[in-house]
This record gives sequence, structure tokens and C-alpha cells, in this order.
Amino acid sequence: METGIVQGRAEPASDRRAGMDLHTIETVVRPKNRSELPAWADGDACLGGGTWLFSEPQVGTRRLVDLAALEWTPHAIDAHGLTLAATCTIAQLDRLELPSGWNAAPLVGQCCRALLGSFKIWTVATVGGNICLALPAGPMISLATALDGTCTIWSRDGAERTVSILDFVLAPQRNALAPGEILRSLSMPAAALARRTAFRRVSLSPNGRSGALLIGTRGADGAFALTVTASVKRPLRLAFEGLPGRAELVRALDDAVPDALYHDDVHGRPDWRRHMTRHFAEEIRGSLDAAPSPGAAS
Amino acid sequence: MKLTINGAAHEGAPRAGQCLRTYLREAGWFGVKKGCDAGDCGACTIHLDGEPVHSCLMPAFRAEGRSVTTIEGLAGPCRADAAEPTALHPMQEAFLAAQGFQCGFCTPGMIMTAASLNQGQKQDLGTALKGNLCRCTGYRAVREAIVGGTHPVESGACGDPVGRNLAAPAAPLVVSGRARFTMDLPLGDTLHLKVLRSPHAHARIVAVDASAARAVPGVVAVLTHADAPPRRFSTARHEDPRDDASDTRVLDPILRFVGQRVAAVVAETEAAAEAGCRALRVTYEVRPALLDPERALEADAPRIHDPRDCPGEDAPPLGRHPNLAGEVHGAVGDVDGGFAEADFVYAGTFRSQRVQHAAMETHGCIGWRAEDGRLTRTSTQVPFLTRDALADLFGLEKDAVRVVCARVGGGFGGKQEMLTEDLVALAVLYTGRPVRWELTREEQFVGTTTRHPMRVDVKVGARRDGTLTALSLDVLSDTGAYGNHAGGVIHHACHEVLAAYVCPNKQVSGRAVYTHTVPAGAFRGYGLSQTIFALESALDEVARGVGLDPFALRRRNAVKPGDAMVSNSLEPHDVIFGSYGLDQCLTLVEEALRADPGPDPEAGWRAGTGMAMAMIDTIPPRGHHADARVSLDADGHFTVRVGTAEFGNGTSTVHRQIAASALGAAPERVRIAGADTDIVGHDTGAYGSTGTVVAGLATLRAAEALAVRICARAAEIAGAPPASCRLNGEQVETPAGPVTLAAVGPLDATGRADGSPRSVAFNVHAFRVEVDPVSGAVRILRSVHAADAGRVINPMQCRGQVEGGIAQALGAALYEDVRIAADGSLVTQTFRDYHIPACADVPDTEVLFADTHDSVGPLGAKSMSESPFNPVAAALGNAIRDATGARLTATPFTPDRIYRAVAAGRAGLP
Repeated sequence: METGIVQGRAEPASDRRAGMDLHTIETVVRPKNRSELPAWADGDACLGGGTWLFSEPQVGTRRLVDLAALEWTPHAIDAHGLTLAATCTIAQLDRLELPSGWNAAPLVGQCCRALLGSFKIWTVATVGGNICLALPAGPMISLATALDGTCTIWSRDGAERTVSILDFVLAPQRNALAPGEILRSLSMPAAALARRTAFRRVSLSPNGRSGALLIGTRGADGAFALTVTASVKRPLRLAFEGLPGRAELVRALDDAVPDALYHDDVHGRPDWRRHMTRHFAEEIRGSLDAAPSPGAAS
Repeated sequence: MKLTINGAAHEGAPRAGQCLRTYLREAGWFGVKKGCDAGDCGACTIHLDGEPVHSCLMPAFRAEGRSVTTIEGLAGPCRADAAEPTALHPMQEAFLAAQGFQCGFCTPGMIMTAASLNQGQKQDLGTALKGNLCRCTGYRAVREAIVGGTHPVESGACGDPVGRNLAAPAAPLVVSGRARFTMDLPLGDTLHLKVLRSPHAHARIVAVDASAARAVPGVVAVLTHADAPPRRFSTARHEDPRDDASDTRVLDPILRFVGQRVAAVVAETEAAAEAGCRALRVTYEVRPALLDPERALEADAPRIHDPRDCPGEDAPPLGRHPNLAGEVHGAVGDVDGGFAEADFVYAGTFRSQRVQHAAMETHGCIGWRAEDGRLTRTSTQVPFLTRDALADLFGLEKDAVRVVCARVGGGFGGKQEMLTEDLVALAVLYTGRPVRWELTREEQFVGTTTRHPMRVDVKVGARRDGTLTALSLDVLSDTGAYGNHAGGVIHHACHEVLAAYVCPNKQVSGRAVYTHTVPAGAFRGYGLSQTIFALESALDEVARGVGLDPFALRRRNAVKPGDAMVSNSLEPHDVIFGSYGLDQCLTLVEEALRADPGPDPEAGWRAGTGMAMAMIDTIPPRGHHADARVSLDADGHFTVRVGTAEFGNGTSTVHRQIAASALGAAPERVRIAGADTDIVGHDTGAYGSTGTVVAGLATLRAAEALAVRICARAAEIAGAPPASCRLNGEQVETPAGPVTLAAVGPLDATGRADGSPRSVAFNVHAFRVEVDPVSGAVRILRSVHAADAGRVINPMQCRGQVEGGIAQALGAALYEDVRIAADGSLVTQTFRDYHIPACADVPDTEVLFADTHDSVGPLGAKSMSESPFNPVAAALGNAIRDATGARLTATPFTPDRIYRAVAAGRAGLP
């Protein structure tokens, strides 16, 4: 499935003709804490939910590092915002009750439902896995991008670094993790969660993989931002101090998204993705035009 | 590792990278199915501590200390080796009552998911079931099982069983997960086979260095073309093997598509076999590849089957391009004259894409040498023809080979091919040990077969009143790297599509060409869906052009009793109007649509209506034979032995009803044994929609003959004339009093059917759709289908066949597209990239039956398994045309294509 943690660089499977048992795996390491993490070696892969790792042959992988054993607290809410452990499942995220002032709350359920996998996948697939897989249609990437998400990464030397979601997801199935680095968590600030949102999604079949997934946010200060995902090869966020005019938004979109950046695969042709992106952008602009009112997400 | 499985403690260490699915199957829980091994299809769904999960994605070690429930244990604790369920869970009962399955392969996962749904989830089954794919049913019966419905299965033994909604004989086993499919056997000492597949579209194998592969611990044998028999065969199976070009070797040094077998590794474990494949070092001489069928017949096109690669074999006749795999040319009347006298002429080019059968059970087989010879257990629609082919290929007597099928998990034509049995047989002969080979879902995409992609140039001329003056078809069919079914499909594609209409001037030119791509093969509809899409779309334009209602245009021109059925020649044939229900079908659909056109479209969306029709011969040409034997057994029960295979098509249900009817017996007293080359003389196989009309006719004849014998024997016992005796339930009534069947038996009788003469069946489909001109999305507001199936032996089941055909056709019309990259490799290798219809994608269709009685088929029945597929794409395209003004000439009608067509149409407006 499209989520499940593969940390390190996700590489397209070169030989897809193996069975589902991952026959090349020789050992599974189940560290209880960070100090028990093994020294990273070639052929290692981090195991989150496993919903992607076990869905495709991994002939180059010989050892699994089971992140579930670390028993990270799945989520934390405080005055600063929301922090999700990389191992937080989609189901845990969806069930989360967010503070009443967080107008962006409906976005969480909308993004969970944008996952191609069914509710049976939700209980296993993880937020971190979806992000690390770095697919254009990864809805946790859409959520994180719209809400100014920051990724916290465990480095091999025991240190930590943080990186914006926009700099984490580089290209389809390519992320910013160096070998041996582990995505620890995703943080979204309270200010972002307080914004009003508008959500639009389209796919080639009713419940199919997203061909375009756009999110608009509008702060109490009037600031507007447009998140463009699924239709493009990597997530984009266009920020404006106030609501842009129609022409300004189209111009900004065209500047930010050259034709080559529109994604092209079996889930939608690029000309259609561009058309739907422009259409949704204008719809979102229209829907966030009204005066602020709590919970006005569509 | 310790865990609980279905209420009992279980202990056993999993392998490091093992998933829970294989762990459970190795423990004997075969109800846990493999459909995709990628979390897309849900066939492996189990409950882990009460929560439904896809066991193929679950690392086995994570089940430690937890409680697993499989389909077998849903109703309570049970043993893995129990043959039959002791109790059924309410959801299993519901699936039985609604007959919410056909082949039953997806059913365990479907039921495990359904049993976990809360009331809220049941309100939106499209979302709740998006992780469970079914290829057979079209989901209506599944939905009905889950939320309750109005079509419960009938039980009880009163009256004639024909025409009643009786359950499939295997239903309790299917819903309990106890039905045994092809690969549901303990591993024992069976070896595992894996193949290395070609990375090149066209190459010659220069050398295979197997030394490293042989050194992998556990590897028993490496098989290359040097080990394979030199004989060529066709994977296609027909009654007459000469119908298909013998162009395939078990292992061939010439590789003609990405994914072709290069070599096989046989090993003690699957892991060792895979490691062995990875260790093979192959030197290829890469050659130029031909991927574009339009270029196939150019003089300098790369040759797929180059005579220079087969020295000593007959070269193709002069003038025939070596890339031409089959052709059909024919004409009646004066086509040019017909177009000249037309008031309206429409010409267009229509393209049908490559689609995959996507049966939920992948191909696979297990073979072994029994003491009395060799026995191959297999997943096939054609056990007898597979036996014959194996015997021929390996130089064995027919009786040295036995092919026996377990339940087959869906076919759709894909298993009318020998795609695994040849290599497994070679491995068994080579190693002397049992060997199993189960294709992965990826292999199913890259290495089996597809529908033939076709380009169809259609031209139709009509007078102002709608009368057709000329029809012309020019068809280019891409058969891929091998010619299996190339000829049969191009002939069939150009046949009934034209015979369905009366028109004095008709012309056909059809060519099937080889390319360096995955082979096309038999697929539901056998070529007709592609040409019917073209012609029925064109006729829609003709109706518009002359200002006639599309139903009226069909009524004016469609063939009817008294007309000669002419496709493209006046040669005599054996197709007759055994019955005729097209007129009824047209009226049924038209009136149903008028009575209820469905909901209004959403604001901004545009609504439109479209229809199309299809005719099909009820039996394939050139001979289709079936033997049946019906016995009265010592226990007073009957057994029907018939060679055809049950793969969800419901033939065993029909055979039981036919035999029970002829014998005046309760259906429960009739057992069915099928798909075993040892039990009857011959059966051509379950293809061409023949399970009812050929094997069913043989069954009827055998049962009738047995009834006569029973009466004669009872008359002998009673000392009465046979004419005075009557079979009645469990006894024979004679003037001297009743004689019990136990006293009469055992007795048996045989019957045979030879597939000639043949009749015609009809299907009419109409849609009302709404289209979003912005996104190109299509929603079906109303779907109506009328079928002329003759006398319907089991309406519930026949309706299921129709619904399943529509659903599969909707997939081909809206979503499915096997994509091939510029290097010849396959882009779509998983269900998440090759979207087959899920529950949300398939609306309910109102299915109506014409009231006819066929003079050819058994008890008035006609075939009805392929044909519902055929009119769907055209009906949908015609509805989209009506809604948007845009004529879509290529399937699938995906939103990105519709958007483009609508935008182009808008741009073209003044």
C-alpha cells in the first residue's frame, strides 16, 4: 500500500517478481530505545507499519529495524501544536480529538480519507511511512504541507535535526533522509492548526489514488496559502499576505509549477492535473473569500 | 513464537521476513487467500485481536502473543483439517443466502471484512469495502449479503428444480473457507519453482551461467532452454490444436517480450528458488523490438518469429509477412455501391486497450508423479485439453497424464491457456519430485495474457429512414509475442458483430499481428467487445445523423428469424435461431429506462443516455464436445460426472438442477464431480460460454438415459412393463408397488453433446450518466441490462453472471489499461496501478430476462457468461456522447480523457 515506513532512501523496486514473504530478510532488530538502535548497514530498512515494505519485493534488504518496538507515544497536543510520532497510525490520527480553536481539524479526517488504502490499512499504516514514501499522492504529506509541518530526524550520530516538510519530500519516492537517519516525528504549529481550510481532491476513480489534492488555508490575519500536492512531483505551498485575486493566483501557480513539475503516471495525465489544479485553486480561493468563521472548512 | 489461531494455541517460529499470510497457510489455514500480496485486494483478510487486517502486509512476528481468527474460525474455534464447517457465522449465513460469491476466492476476505463492519460503515459500503476486490460478482450480491436484500436463495425440495434460485453446491464450503482451490495443499516435500523473466522485449539468450545459482543451498535444479523439449506448442487450448500456431517453447532461447521465461529454478524453498533466480548470470544479445502493431507489417519491421531462428522448420508461405498471425477477409454484396446509395455515412476509428483478466486466483499448479503415472493438479478452464497438450509435448500416452482441478478461482478466458502446467511438468520429470509454481500478481500481469488490443476502422452507410446500406470493418488486432488465440479472436471479432445486422453489403478486413509485447489471449467476449464498441458507437452516430431513436435504428436493422445470418460470407454454417429474444430485450430496456430514468444530475453536471446491443453464438464453432456420466449410487444418491471446470461460472449448480429435474430427484441428492480427466472420456472445456449449453446438454442426456434405465430395472424387478413405471423421488412407482432406488442401483448412463447446431443469444444495455465537464468524471445514474438467455435454469445465478460481466466491462470501459513503457516493460503490475472495479465503482444494474425457450440448448437454456460484457463500453460511450457532445473513440473513458475530449469539443464550437 502507499504507506508504511521505509526509511532511508526509498528506491523503486528493481525486481518486482518476488513473492510477498521478504525472503532476503535475515534478521529483525527490535530496539527498545534509541541506544539499542544498531549501527546502520547496507541492506537495513526501518519497519513502521509494514504496509508498503511488505507490499513490494525488497531484494536488497537483509535486516529490518522494527520501529514499533521503540513504543513512541503516537501523538501529543500542547500549546505549541500537534506532534505526531512517525509510528502514529492513520487510525490513531483520525480518532484524535483536537482542541476547539483548531479550525483546521476537519483537514485531518479529509486527508486520512484521501489514503488509497482502506480502513484495514489505517490501523497499521503510519504517518511517518506515508511521508517517507514520498509519493505525490501521499495525503499525510498534503496535511503536513498545509499545516507548516516540520520533520524531526534522528541522525546516525545521536543528534537530531529538523527540516520542513517541503524540504523533506524531494521527488516521487525520494526523501531527504541520509542512510541511517530515521524520521522521528512530525510537528504542526498551533498557529497553523487555527487556520480555516478548504480541501479539494480528484482521482480517476471515485476512491482512487489522488490525481490532484489541494488545500487552502486562511489565517485570522487574512493570510492565504495554497498547498498543491498529488498533481505535482513534490509538495508546493504558495503563501500570500492576503487573498490573491484570480489572476494573481493563476500567475503565482504558473510561476511555481512549470509544466514539467506536473506528475505523469497512470493515475492521471499531466494536462488534466494542471487543469484540475487551476480549477481547484480558484474554487479554494472563492471558498476562503468569505469572512472568517470557525469551522468553515469545506 | 506463541499465538492463538482460531481458539487453539499455536507455536512455531516465523522466518524473519515472513508475512502472516504464509505463516497461517503453512499452519494449514488455507482459507487465507493470496490475491495480490500487496494489500490491495483483501483476499487475505483475517482478524488480529479482533481487528481486520491484510495478513499479507503483516509481519508474522507481530502476531506473537496475539489472537488470530481466520475465515475457518469466524464461527468459533475449529481445527485446520476439518473438511466441513460445523457452524456458520451470521455473516457467512448471509453470504450463503445472498449467494454473495461466484468463484469464491475473494470470499473469505470479503466475509472477514464484512463481519467487522459497524452500522455506520455498512451505510457506506463503497468506502468500507474499498480494500476488498471481487472480479466475479459485480458486488450487488455482496452488498445484499451485508445489508440484507430481497433475493434470498431458495431451499427445499418441492417441484421442478429448473428455474429456481438454488444455492451453488459448494456454497457452504466457500463461505466457510473450506473450499479447496488449486494451491490449497500442504507443502510436504514439494519443491518450489520460480522463473527468471526477460528484461528485454527482444533478445537472444547467448549463455546462461547457472553455476552460482546451483550453488545456492536448497537449489535442486536449474532449467534452461537446453533442458526443454524442442517441440513448439500454443498456450491456447482449442478442441483442434491446429487452430493456434505452434510458436511457443517451454523455454526458448529467443525472448519475445519483457517478462518471458528465461530460466526456471527449482528448490526446496521459495526463498532458495528466488535466490537461485537472482544468482543466474545470463548473457543476452539484445535485438530491435517491435512494440507498435501499426508498424508490424512494414517490410523492415523487426520479426517476432523469425524463420532464421528456427532452422529446419517450414518457412511461412511467400507473400505472407512473418508478423501476420492471423487474418480474415470477406465481403458480401457491393460495399462501394452501398455507401454510394447511403444518405448518411459515418466513419470512425475506435481503439480498445489491453486489459487483464485479473482473476483473483493467479495462475499456478502443483504437479507430481503418482505411482500410476503423472498427475498434475492445476488451475485451468480446460483440463482435458491441457492433458492432451502435456502428453503431446512430452511424448507421453494420454493415459500417462491426469489433470484434475480443484476449485478454480476465476478464469474469464485467462485459464483457457496452458501457462504453468508445461513448465511444472518439465520440472517434475526432471527432478522426479512434486513441484509447485504459483504466480505472483506481478507475474500475472507481466507473464500471462491479456485481451487483444484492437484498432477498428468502422464505416456505416444508411438511408434517410435508417436502413443500413453498407457496413465495413477494418480491424488490426495486436496478439503480442505469441499467436495463442490470434486467429480465433480475429475471426470471432469480425463475425457476430456483423451477423447481428441485416445489410446487403458488408465487408471485413481483419489482421492479427505479432509484436514484442505480453501475449494477448482468450478473454471474455473473445474479440467481440472490441468490434462491438466500434460498430455500436458508429450506429449511435448514424441514428443521430438520420434523426432516429437508437432503439428504433436497431429494430429497423437487427437480424430476426427468417433473415439469413450473414457476417462476411455466404458460406453455410450451423448457427440457427434456436430462439429469439432481441426484440424483447430492446423493449425491456427501453421501457425500464423510461419508467425510471434515475436521479437528476448534480448542478453543473450534464446528463445523457446511451444504449448498445450485442449478439453472440451460444457455442464456439469447429466442435465443442462434452461427455457426462450420471450414476445412481449405492446410497441412493446420484453423481454427475462431467469434465468441465467450475470457476465461478456456476455450471455445477446448473448441472445439478438439470440432472435433478430429469431424475425427479431433490437437488440435494445430486453430487457433482468435475474437471478430472479420469472421470469421463472427454470435455473440450469451460470456454466459449459452454458450461450450460454443451456440458449441461450432455448431463441432461445422461440423466435422461439413466432415468430410462432405472425404470427398466425397476420394471424388471417388479415384473411390469417399463412404460408402466415412473421415477418419483426416491422410488420408482410400478403396478406392483414402489421399488426403492436402493433396490434398483447402482446404475449409470452416459450422455454426450457435440456443440452443433448452435443458437444465438442477445444482450442489450443502456445507461443514463452524468458527466462533470470540468473534471471529466462520469457517474452512472441508471443502468439497465436485458439478456436473452433462453430458459433461465437459475435466475439468481444467471443474474450474477450478467452483473459480473457488466462490472468487468465497466472496468475495461472506465479504468483498466495495461500500459507498456517505451522499452516494452509493463508499467501496471499491481492492483493499485491497474484499477479493477471496487464496490464503489459498480452501481446496481437492473437485470431483465427475455422470455424465450431455445430449441438447441438443454431444457431451453442458452449461454450467458461472456456476452453481457460486450455491449457495455459502447452503451457507456454513447451516453457520454449524449451528455457532452464528445464522441470518445478509445477506452478507457478516464476523466483525463473525457476532460480533454469535452474541452476539444468546446474549442471546436463556433
